[in-house]
This record gives sequence, C-alpha cells and structure tokens, in this order.
Amino acid sequence: MTDITIHYSYIIIIILLAIGLYGMLGKRNLIKKCIGLTIFQTAIFLFFIEGGLKDGGTVPVIDPSLGVEAINYINPLPHVMILTAIVVSTATTGVAMALLLKIYRKYNSLEEDVIMERMKE
Amino acid sequence: MKNFAKIVIAAFAAILIYATSGLPIPGDPEAPVSGHISEFYIENSMEDTNTPNVVTSVLADYRGFDTMGETLVIFTASLACMLILIKRSADD
Amino acid sequence: MIKRYNSIIVDVTCRIMVPFIQLFGLYVIFHGHYSPGGGFQGGVLLATSIIVHRLCMGYKESYAKFPPQRAYMIGAIGMFLFVLTALTPVFFGGAFLDFSFLPIPRLEPAELRYYGILIAEIWIGIAVFGSLLVIFDKLTERRGG
Repeated sequence: MTDITIHYSYIIIIILLAIGLYGMLGKRNLIKKCIGLTIFQTAIFLFFIEGGLKDGGTVPVIDPSLGVEAINYINPLPHVMILTAIVVSTATTGVAMALLLKIYRKYNSLEEDVIMERMKE
Repeated sequence: MKNFAKIVIAAFAAILIYATSGLPIPGDPEAPVSGHISEFYIENSMEDTNTPNVVTSVLADYRGFDTMGETLVIFTASLACMLILIKRSADD
Repeated sequence: MIKRYNSIIVDVTCRIMVPFIQLFGLYVIFHGHYSPGGGFQGGVLLATSIIVHRLCMGYKESYAKFPPQRAYMIGAIGMFLFVLTALTPVFFGGAFLDFSFLPIPRLEPAELRYYGILIAEIWIGIAVFGSLLVIFDKLTERRGG
C-alpha cells in the first residue's frame, strides 16, 4: 500500500459517508433517517468537487488578463453536475416531508416500531 | 440492530479507505478527468456564446437537455406534494 | 398554520428586509453571465423572501398579500414558457436550444446565443420560485376545521 495519508481529504469524506449511513440504518426515528440521507448526499457532492481541483487554478470565469488557456481554470464540469444534483436532493426532501406528515396524521407517532405495531391492529 | 449496523458500516469504511490508494493525487493538473471535453468547453465558450462564465454557458447552451429535465423534476415534486396532501371530504 | 410573532422588532425588520432580498435575487439571475449565479440560485432567493414574510406576519396578512393560488400559476407558466422558448429554434431548422438559427437581421450568431441563454434563465428562475413556494404552502396549510 502506497502512502495513504496523501489522500487525507478523501478519508474525511469517507468518515462523513459512514456517519450518514449510520443515521439511516441505526436510528429508529423517521426524521433522523431523513437527516442521515441529507448528510450522505452532501458528502457525495464534496467528493465530486474535490476531484476536479487543479493546483494554481482559479474560478472558471474567463478573465481577459489570463487568456483562454485551460490550465489556469479549474474543471467546470463537476460544478454543472452538482447544481443539478442539489436541486434533485431538495425536491426529494420536500416529498419526504409531505409523506411523513401524512404518516403522523394517521398513526400519531414517528417511531418505526410503534408504527409497525399500530399497523397490525 | 444497532450492533449489526456498526459492524457493516465499519467494513464499508475500511473497504473504501483501501480503495482510495488508486485515485490520482488531488490537485494534479494532468489528471485524466480534466482532459478532453472540459478543455474544449473552456477554450470555445467565449467565441461561440459571448459569455465569460463557463458554468452558465455549459448548463444552458451546450447541455440544455439536462436543464430541462431538472426543471421538470422540481415541477413534478411540487405536483406530487399537492396530490399527497389534498383534502377529501370522505377521509380525515 | 402560522400565527403572527408578537414582537415589534421582528415586525419592522421583516418589512425592511423583504424588498432587498427580492432585489438581490433578481441581481443573481441577471448577472449569471459574469459571476457565479444563474437561474436556480436566483429562484430560490426569490422564494425565500415570501417565506420570510409568511413566517413573521402570520397567515391572515400574508395570504391576503400573496395568495397561494398565485404561486401555482406562476410556477406552471414559467415551466411552459421555458419549453416553448427552447423549442423555437427547431421550427427554423436548427437543433434544440441552438439560438443561432433565428433569422433576426442585425445580430451575429454569438450575440443571439447570449440573449437566448438570458431569456431561458429568467423562465427557469420563475419556475423554481413557484415550485418551492407551493411545497412550503402545502406543508403548513390549515387542517380545515
């Protein structure tokens, strides 16, 4: 194994992925599961943006004094994909909150084992 | 359930940390991801469309289909919210 | 169903802040060519201004100034006009969203694509504003009796 500590930024992102996954699997409240999903999605956005950096590059807005050389600007394609992904994540969270409201009005609780018991009656 | 979840997540994190040894060094200008197509967009964005911001010109001009799909997604989400929380007279 | 917040400091601050948030949202949409921004970010800022007004002033006063039915129509009109503007070059022989084929006399192809991107971003901003406001209003609606 080559020197792993040179990729320290990717290791921090993997710790965030593990925190989000524990929130989805290990907690019993339904809103805590939604928060775990949001943490997982945010860690994936950070991973994409981290992969598109360049040493000594600047914001991808073309400056007349720097010309149109591609080595002076960071990669614009991950930013475009993440803009779309952020909007999709917001839409998913909105629909999830509407479904949780409907579940609460019918069963009067938000813990998953209490809901499973009340569903059997 | 919580102990089983902790074991699974520890194994998942260990496999991913082992896999990061194959990724290129962050900040390398010769990485294969900033190769062919993103150089084309940076060099030709100012003469095709008179726009200094490369991200806007890629999002709205070169890849306009994806923007239309995304606007359709958020509009469908608002329609779904309206239909889930509709008031009927026979229900609660 | 949101009740009015009973404090005069919150009242005055909200009345001052709402037009400035809307002005900043319009600035972010129109300057998408020269600085980071564009249609989606400006649409979210415009929706935030109305949500702040609903949280601070209560539902009676806020529903009288900006009724929820207006938000549904604005979102649908923005989406429809975006698809109509994007299909216009197909009638003149070009590809989808390729504005250099329109036969307007005095402009070059690069200028035509510049104005085409600007108009498309405006319709996207209005569609996102309408959709986010509909989601917020449906989640905080009165339970009907």
